[in-house]
Amino acid sequence: MIDVWVDSIIGGLLLGLVYGLAAIGLNLIWGVMKVINLSHGAFMALGMFVIYLLFTAFGIFPYFGLVIVIGLGLVLGMLTYFVALHRVIDAPELSTLLATFSVSLFIIGVGTFVFTTIPYAIDISLGSISFGNITILGTKVATGLISIAFTAILYVFLYKTRLGKAIRAVSMNRVAAELMGVNTTFILALSFGIGIALAMSAGALIATIFPFTILSGGVYELKSFVICVLGGLGSPLGALVGGIVLGMIENVVTLQIPTSYVPVIEFSILVLILLLKPSGLLGGKV
Amino acid sequence: MITTGAASDSIHNKGYTHIFQIYTPASRYLTGALDMFKAADPNAKKVAIVYENSKFAKDVATAAKAYAEKNGFEVVLFEAYAPGTTDFSSFINKILAKKPDAIIGGGHFADGETFAKQLYEKKVDVKLVSLLVAPAVPEFAEIGDAALYVTGPSQWEPLAKYTRESAKALGIEWYGLSVEEFDKEYKEAYGYDPGYHAAGGYAAGLVLQKAIEDAGTLDTEEVKKALEKMDIMTFYGRIKFETGKYYGRQIGHEMVYLQWQKKDGKLVKEVVWPDAAKSSELVYPMTTKYGEEAKGKAKETAEEKQAQEKPKSTPGFEVALAIAGISVAYLLRRKL
Repeated sequence: MIDVWVDSIIGGLLLGLVYGLAAIGLNLIWGVMKVINLSHGAFMALGMFVIYLLFTAFGIFPYFGLVIVIGLGLVLGMLTYFVALHRVIDAPELSTLLATFSVSLFIIGVGTFVFTTIPYAIDISLGSISFGNITILGTKVATGLISIAFTAILYVFLYKTRLGKAIRAVSMNRVAAELMGVNTTFILALSFGIGIALAMSAGALIATIFPFTILSGGVYELKSFVICVLGGLGSPLGALVGGIVLGMIENVVTLQIPTSYVPVIEFSILVLILLLKPSGLLGGKV
Repeated sequence: MITTGAASDSIHNKGYTHIFQIYTPASRYLTGALDMFKAADPNAKKVAIVYENSKFAKDVATAAKAYAEKNGFEVVLFEAYAPGTTDFSSFINKILAKKPDAIIGGGHFADGETFAKQLYEKKVDVKLVSLLVAPAVPEFAEIGDAALYVTGPSQWEPLAKYTRESAKALGIEWYGLSVEEFDKEYKEAYGYDPGYHAAGGYAAGLVLQKAIEDAGTLDTEEVKKALEKMDIMTFYGRIKFETGKYYGRQIGHEMVYLQWQKKDGKLVKEVVWPDAAKSSELVYPMTTKYGEEAKGKAKETAEEKQAQEKPKSTPGFEVALAIAGISVAYLLRRKL
């Protein structure tokens, strides 16, 4: 029995790290731009299909492909910013919400046309380690480690580099940052690009462990919202912690309760946090 | 009206008296799996039922649970998963904790396939797995060894061996063409193998023809009486209708259970249940495959070929991480 618990905890932890990575993208975009990115899930699904195509059509091993996904995400994100967001960035939040929603509809519409909604899967195996009932899959370990690495890199980037500091400055006060000579338009575009790159790479990582369709992003988008609120808007570390909490709920708590209660718990947490501690567990500014 | 493709029980308790069902109803979809399980291992008791939260799968699972309990099984887990579920870890952990002998359930294709795959990845030690829909679909083989020895119900399979002899053994009349004839004629007409939908449709016509012949008239009430009395064996299996509370419900036809087995290194479907129809013996317990894998790697040439085509795995990821790390470090240094 104890081994099942250990297995669940490890599983929950590894899954939570990927959820965390997905949420960081959303978190960053909200923190810096005050934009609720409703195209987050769609970009995650796009990441899944990019990694799938790289793997099946060009034979690029998914973890190599990740580098391409990040590059593509950065470019697509910045492009999306200038096409869809730049002109409404100072408009009320509803405008940017609608702008990102339309981007999402566009991606899912084209994706449905090209890929239909049938499930795809990337069939790779990194082996597994077993002790009794505990079986740890290599692919899950890899996704967990990569998620940690990405979060660490983002952390260093935001806190130790000039560009990162500029992003944080814009998130604190855009006008003041502009007065200090920061090119805010570029910073906003870059933030959106990084956010999208993170979303797409999280999608790509998820695609290596679970099957997916073009509509799969929606589920993870909702989870990302919960995680952001739980961990605190604007904190990369908080998002990772929030992700782990969610992963644990899904894998460990369900040993005792029916799995169908999970969404109820997740969204009850969302409401409770909003009521009791709106800044989240590790809340604060970027 | 002879319905085909309609597997719900609830059509038949609404007081309609002119509807006759060809498919085995949902209430008996997985009960055969339990019979098969009992026949293979009279000592096995614990069953886990994990099903998709959709009307059809829920009907099937609820009926299977009642049947299991009536037949002395202990249902250690009875739980639904949301349609579209891709992560079964929590169910698998529960299964590991409850240690059932068999897992039955499922829902549709994608979820069933994923469930089977993750059961295999986690090396879940159960003796029998029987899932709705997915194992009956040819694409189920794409998950490779994870599909091996998984069983599932089907209304009919071209491999099902219903014959004049099996009719004689049951003491009932044989009617219509043989399985081979149907298979051949269908392929000639349409160019591909008939599935159970085609067989069910054909059987519906066959049953009506037989009823009209028996009645000797086209009069509705006379044909209805003939249908009530009908108890025949066809290429599709036995046909007999209930005349009680669930009027017109199919009670003769049984689901056939197929199992994915390996023939000459290739995954093939074999019919393993019921006895009247089987084309191969059930491989039980299914966990024998974990043992086979350890010793029989050399034999599986086909799979090895496949593995060679795939890019080599583990070192790639480490190298990628290293490159990513170095390039990031380089970029950061330049920016600072």
